[in-house]
Amino acid sequence: MQKIGVFVCHCGTNIAATVDVEAVAEAARHVPGVVYATDYTYMCSQSGQDLIKDAVKKYGLTGVVVCSCSPRMHEKTFRKAVDSVGMNPYLLEIANIREQCSWVHKDKEIGTKKAIALMKAAVAKAELDSPLTAGETPVVKRALVIGGGIAGMQTALDIADAGYDVDIVEKNPTIGGKMAQLDKTFPTLDCSSCIVTPKMVEVGQNEKIHIYSYSEVTNVSGFVGNFKVTIKRKARYVDETKCTGCGLCTEKCPMKKVPNEFNLGLNNRSAVYIPFAQAVPKVATIDPNYCLMLNKGVCGLCSKVCGAGAINYKDTDKEIEVEYGAIVAATGYEIMDVSKYDEYAYSQSPDVVTSLEYERLMNAAGPTGGELLRPSDHKRPKTIVFVQCVGSRECDSTRGGKPYCSKICCMYTAKHAMLTKDHYPDTDIYVFYIDVRTPGKNFDEFYRRAVEQYGVHYIKGAVGKVTPENGKLIVQASDLLMNEQLTIDADMVVLAAAIEPSHSARHLATMLTASMDTNDWFTEAHPKLRPVESPTAGVFLSGVCQGPKDIPETVAQAGAAASKVIGLLSKDKLAGNPCVAHSDEMMCTGCSQCADVCPYGAITYVDKEFRMRDRTTKVRRVAQVNPAVCQGCGACTVTCPSGAMDLNGFSNSEIMAEVDALCR
Amino acid sequence: MQMTSDNETWEPKIIAFCCNWCSYSGADLAGTNRLNYPANVKIIRVPCSCRINPMFILRAFQRGADGVIICGCHPGDCHYMTGNYHTRRRMTLLFSMLDYLGIEKERTRVEWVSAAEGQRFVDVMDDFVGQITKLGRCRRLEDLRCRTN
Amino acid sequence: MQDELIKRACELLDDGTVNRVLGWSTGDFFYDITPTVFGSAEDVKKNFVYNDFCGANLSKYLIAESQKEGKIAVFLKPCDTYSFNQLMTEHRLKRENIYAIGIPCDGKVSAETLHDAGIHGILGVKRDGDDLVCDTVYGSRRMSFDAAQDERCRSCKSRRHVVYDELLGEEGEVLDSHRFDEVEKLEAMTPEERFNFWQGELSRCIRCNACRNVCPACNCELCVFDNPKSGVFSKAASNDFEDANFHIIRAFHVAGRCTDCGECSRVCPEHIPLHLLNRKFIKDIDTLYGDYQAGEKEGQMSPLSAFTEDKDAEPSIVQKGGIR
Repeated sequence: MQKIGVFVCHCGTNIAATVDVEAVAEAARHVPGVVYATDYTYMCSQSGQDLIKDAVKKYGLTGVVVCSCSPRMHEKTFRKAVDSVGMNPYLLEIANIREQCSWVHKDKEIGTKKAIALMKAAVAKAELDSPLTAGETPVVKRALVIGGGIAGMQTALDIADAGYDVDIVEKNPTIGGKMAQLDKTFPTLDCSSCIVTPKMVEVGQNEKIHIYSYSEVTNVSGFVGNFKVTIKRKARYVDETKCTGCGLCTEKCPMKKVPNEFNLGLNNRSAVYIPFAQAVPKVATIDPNYCLMLNKGVCGLCSKVCGAGAINYKDTDKEIEVEYGAIVAATGYEIMDVSKYDEYAYSQSPDVVTSLEYERLMNAAGPTGGELLRPSDHKRPKTIVFVQCVGSRECDSTRGGKPYCSKICCMYTAKHAMLTKDHYPDTDIYVFYIDVRTPGKNFDEFYRRAVEQYGVHYIKGAVGKVTPENGKLIVQASDLLMNEQLTIDADMVVLAAAIEPSHSARHLATMLTASMDTNDWFTEAHPKLRPVESPTAGVFLSGVCQGPKDIPETVAQAGAAASKVIGLLSKDKLAGNPCVAHSDEMMCTGCSQCADVCPYGAITYVDKEFRMRDRTTKVRRVAQVNPAVCQGCGACTVTCPSGAMDLNGFSNSEIMAEVDALCR
Repeated sequence: MQMTSDNETWEPKIIAFCCNWCSYSGADLAGTNRLNYPANVKIIRVPCSCRINPMFILRAFQRGADGVIICGCHPGDCHYMTGNYHTRRRMTLLFSMLDYLGIEKERTRVEWVSAAEGQRFVDVMDDFVGQITKLGRCRRLEDLRCRTN
Repeated sequence: MQDELIKRACELLDDGTVNRVLGWSTGDFFYDITPTVFGSAEDVKKNFVYNDFCGANLSKYLIAESQKEGKIAVFLKPCDTYSFNQLMTEHRLKRENIYAIGIPCDGKVSAETLHDAGIHGILGVKRDGDDLVCDTVYGSRRMSFDAAQDERCRSCKSRRHVVYDELLGEEGEVLDSHRFDEVEKLEAMTPEERFNFWQGELSRCIRCNACRNVCPACNCELCVFDNPKSGVFSKAASNDFEDANFHIIRAFHVAGRCTDCGECSRVCPEHIPLHLLNRKFIKDIDTLYGDYQAGEKEGQMSPLSAFTEDKDAEPSIVQKGGIR
């Protein structure tokens, strides 16, 4: 027989004014199973808690019901109180007679009646409560950062700084990401490489950080504190440990007509290559699509010239499995493919470029050595038209348009305009925009400088058509403020193409069971309060993979993600939430429906041997819930027809007992 | 308890299942703001609307409830990411089945109430209680053995 | 057809491909067909039957049979193969222990349908063109084969097998079925009429559990209605609520998994059209979430496990006029 204690709180007059608290306590005394009931002015006060503790000891209570404010308010307080006198905290139930009774009803008779009903429901549930203990799992003290751009690097550095091992997995041969491709950064116009390359070196030299470059994550299993990750190390055909990065092979390589992806195909590189001078790790990579030795079996020049003997044509993809306590997604972004935007003639004229291509054309390390020359005839452009929001803020998804604002374009276009004017003051620059969005520290001042000091023509309106004609680009556009049609003979057109999530992000999110929005940006656990955590425990978000942002925001978020990771890794063990699902193996049929609805991938199946009544054995597939992964939503419990799945703390029988009590 | 004629003492019994993260907080907010709604509504807290088994709903009717309302986070806002999407399909199909069996379709309802929508919680409950009061006692899914008034 | 099946069964037993055959044999009356496991060619030759009364779906028996030692051959009519696939999806069958033989079917009759048509004392039946000629103790009776079929066969959804290891006879086609006509008739009624209809039907339920026991989707190790801890434990048809409760919960538990094989109605001793409950779910699912046929492919995700973020109907659709 259960021995339940009921404690009715007055909450000063908050409850007592509308609920006859003594009557509730008196009613409780007549409920079967209740051995003690009392009321008190403030149950949450120290003396109120002592009252509960004393009663637990004195009457040997097996369950406690506190009729008070919302469990969201003081459930933890009271659970801690009973825990301190040796009672399992999950044997305590709250009847919410303040927020859901005394505060919403005025008539004392009605309020009292309802409070009694709520008390009885809580008693009914408490009678069925079973003691629950949170499981503990050890934490692997190593973090994985996926993506080696500025976000991933900053996160890795901050985690390493706290003394934990970090691995970076980067799909390209070098870390550095998009920032390494930029010329200058807004709004300070400082050189991007000068900031990012020292960071890359710092990452490369940090003893706590290991870089898996030219690698991809191919499988993730496990859960917070205990992830098992398979990393595919793509065949590089160059031994990373031997290569000194001297670059001799890249000079001697006869296959020199490979589009250089670092310069976005604006010039060529050799088949064996180092992406750029400051690459980290500074190791050559053989491009298997172009290497003559790998494709035709003739050449072998790089191997001959390599003094370190680092070339290995027989290299193959290798998979390694590593354990991690936390995973950070820092997969960044790509520039959207604008070839479907026919009106801008991107596919028709090489002089129509995206802003990132323009960035390379301005860069001293770029294909033109920093001299602004248009790609078609290597002449200096005199008139340049910038088109904003190409693919951003667009409803037409058939062309790949994005409903969101890419956020960084307004600022980098102002930067491009100013830098161009700085170098070539006689250039005419037109910027066509929908809105100029420049919130941020020193951002609007920056944009106004472009307009006021540099005389950049900002025109609110849309470009309707770009027509290549006699080496010119005829730009037809409308000026919405002046309400007139414009035709500009431009030498170059620069498209502020929308940014979109890395194409590998969706696949990664599936592996991580992290959720994504309809645009494939990673979703945060809470948009306001948990912006760098994914809803999947142990998976964190850094940088643009969560949504468009500029460099300082990215770095801030990277640091925030790192601090969350450090918080996790600093624990030796993780205490779980004991209110999780569990499967009764005797009833489970192994049908897999529960795993289909589990958003966390917490359910796995094992073949288990059962002894039957006739002493034979039978092997059956049964579900097992990993309590460290389960968050306790209960979706599986309803999908399970046999009722083999049940939820601790909110079991089928507990909820039905509440229903019964409230209907009585 | 003695059997009395319906019109004299009958008061609708309403069971409201509220998810812990949105709707239960919404109900709390109604209280914090001292908004009023009928005392016929009795709330049962569940972690997520997807925890609500059709068996609970039928059980409530069996034990004499006259209306059952399910409240969860707005689609897209589920604390567990996908729970209310499951609720939406399950309850649509269940309610359609109850209607198919001739049980008044007005007795069951799903409403999405966020933690910020205290007033909406009150409006929803006012409306639902009014609707059930108009319908009267639930006869088509009752279990006479469980009748108490 | 029967001879062909017997021949093939014996071959498989003789060459050791299988050690048992799951088929049908007759009970006390020739039309009283029972699913049977045959252990030898001799047994098959003596007792195996395949005729117009072999409506029983053999898939469910494979749950237990495929667990046993050795391989078993099973004869599957087109509609049975859907159940087979669904059971495979739910990991209930040990596929390596099963040799599935697809056999054609052009509709089955049941003694109940003939009795309802006033034909009693049946001694034998044979097909004559589109008619079924029954030899009875009261002389020969004739009725159209179409009328003699069960409703589930008249509105057959498919005569094409969705899975088999070997096919005997000709493969059929997926049919343009009118199986939702009966559901639509009910939907067109007023709620009062519907309530009275179902009250009349369900109140006859004697809770014999035949529907549950024959249903390939009802394959729980322990049914909630047999489990004292489930909260809905009940074994007797004590009142209207429990009848309705049992059938609503059962239909909900098989929703999205029911292949519409119609076995529940076939075995109901009270002739309750239970399949119309399942069909309502199937129709609603098709209407709201796109056509879905359980068991069509192995490994399909149930529409009750799937969802869309922005295209799913709100439950209020029911209040706003229902799903039509």
